Amino acid sequence: MYSKGLAPLAAATAVVLTAALVLVFFYAPLDADQGFVQKIFYIHVPMAIVALCGWVAGGIFAIRHLRSGDASWDLRSYVAIHLSIILGLGVLITGSIWARASWGHWWVWDEPVLVSFLVTFLLYCVYYPLRFAIEDPERQARYSSVFAIAAGAFVPLNFTAVRLAQAYTHPRVLSETGGTMPGEMRLTFYVTLIGMVLLFVTLWKLELTAKHASMQLKRLRRQRAERREAVAA
Amino acid sequence: MIRPARAILRKDLLLEWRTKESVPAMTLFSITVYVLFHFGLDRGSLDGDLAAGVLWVTLLLAAVIGVTRLFAAEREQGGIDALLLAPVDRTSLFLAKAAALFLFLVAVELVAVPAFGLLLLGPGLGGALPELPLILLLGDVGIAAVGALVAALAAETRARELIVPLLLLPLLVPLLISCAQATEPLLRPQQGPEDLGRWLGLLTLYDVVFVLVSVAVFDYLLED
Repeated sequence: MYSKGLAPLAAATAVVLTAALVLVFFYAPLDADQGFVQKIFYIHVPMAIVALCGWVAGGIFAIRHLRSGDASWDLRSYVAIHLSIILGLGVLITGSIWARASWGHWWVWDEPVLVSFLVTFLLYCVYYPLRFAIEDPERQARYSSVFAIAAGAFVPLNFTAVRLAQAYTHPRVLSETGGTMPGEMRLTFYVTLIGMVLLFVTLWKLELTAKHASMQLKRLRRQRAERREAVAA
Repeated sequence: MIRPARAILRKDLLLEWRTKESVPAMTLFSITVYVLFHFGLDRGSLDGDLAAGVLWVTLLLAAVIGVTRLFAAEREQGGIDALLLAPVDRTSLFLAKAAALFLFLVAVELVAVPAFGLLLLGPGLGGALPELPLILLLGDVGIAAVGALVAALAAETRARELIVPLLLLPLLVPLLISCAQATEPLLRPQQGPEDLGRWLGLLTLYDVVFVLVSVAVFDYLLED
């Protein structure tokens, strides 16, 4: 059900990610002030963009779940949020390394993007305790969807608030990627971004397939146990 | 939609009036937090950004108590089943609960903010007078909307007391930023340049977004 097109997608992901790594290390020029460490940007920024989009997508899937009542949309939303949290952890770690290398501190509170990402990440971490504190599967799906929608609306608001609260002293990542970057860097960035999107979609489909299979297995086991009981009685 | 909401609100206010559970606890808690900040920061009086931060963090922490208790009476006495059986729109339940939380917060602030002025604030509250109540009211609207949603989300989970603060406080970060930034120039010894419009705009945007989101999704909570 979820595994359609998984193999070609995985192959495409492997090809694009390999190409992206080659571009990062052999094609993209060294940054004039930051040197080699700037290359972490090609991992960090695509990961952040994909994680944020994954969270918002989780909210959109959740809307579809509440409107249709179809539990498969809840599963899609859950897996998207789950993968985005894993990517989010990667974003915080790589961001911290980058901050240490270029500004000398592991954590910089005046970097709006970093701080708003941390707040969003903390909020989404509550998804697990909320989801697994509800036993009834139907209610669990419904409540998780409500959370996913509220949190999805929170993401852009939070970024606006944190960005407004800071003095504009640091270059903003999005304008940096669009405006002043030389062509080779921009090409490399776009290829890594596509690679990261493909990786996310592949992992998402894989996880959906695995979760779906294990749910079906559980159901079949329960059916078999029930039938045995019926035979024994 | 309004009439049932008014009835539920009246019930909640009456219940609060008779039991005196949430509002006195929230007020007492805010004063305790002031004392904690006094010793934690080792400062006799605060002003400017420090004062705004202490005031708003205290109010948000007090709000956590109110949100945790918001559905407590219904849950403990089983009144929730009666509410859900009644042919009442969920939206009116949300409006009633948010309004109750809003009124609780206003009642707490009527005591806690003057107490803050008395205990910790250096410059005195007089200079902040026309604007501060407006910021407080706008902030309360946002806290009430998010709080009612979070209370309903957590009401049916096992680890309720755990979920509420974990969920509420990160959701309120944009509100904290705009409220604290808007309050900060009002609490300085010399009134400095103000940027009130930008922060009130952001605060209003936050309120509108979360009232709409809460009304939209509240129908799916507290079913069965």
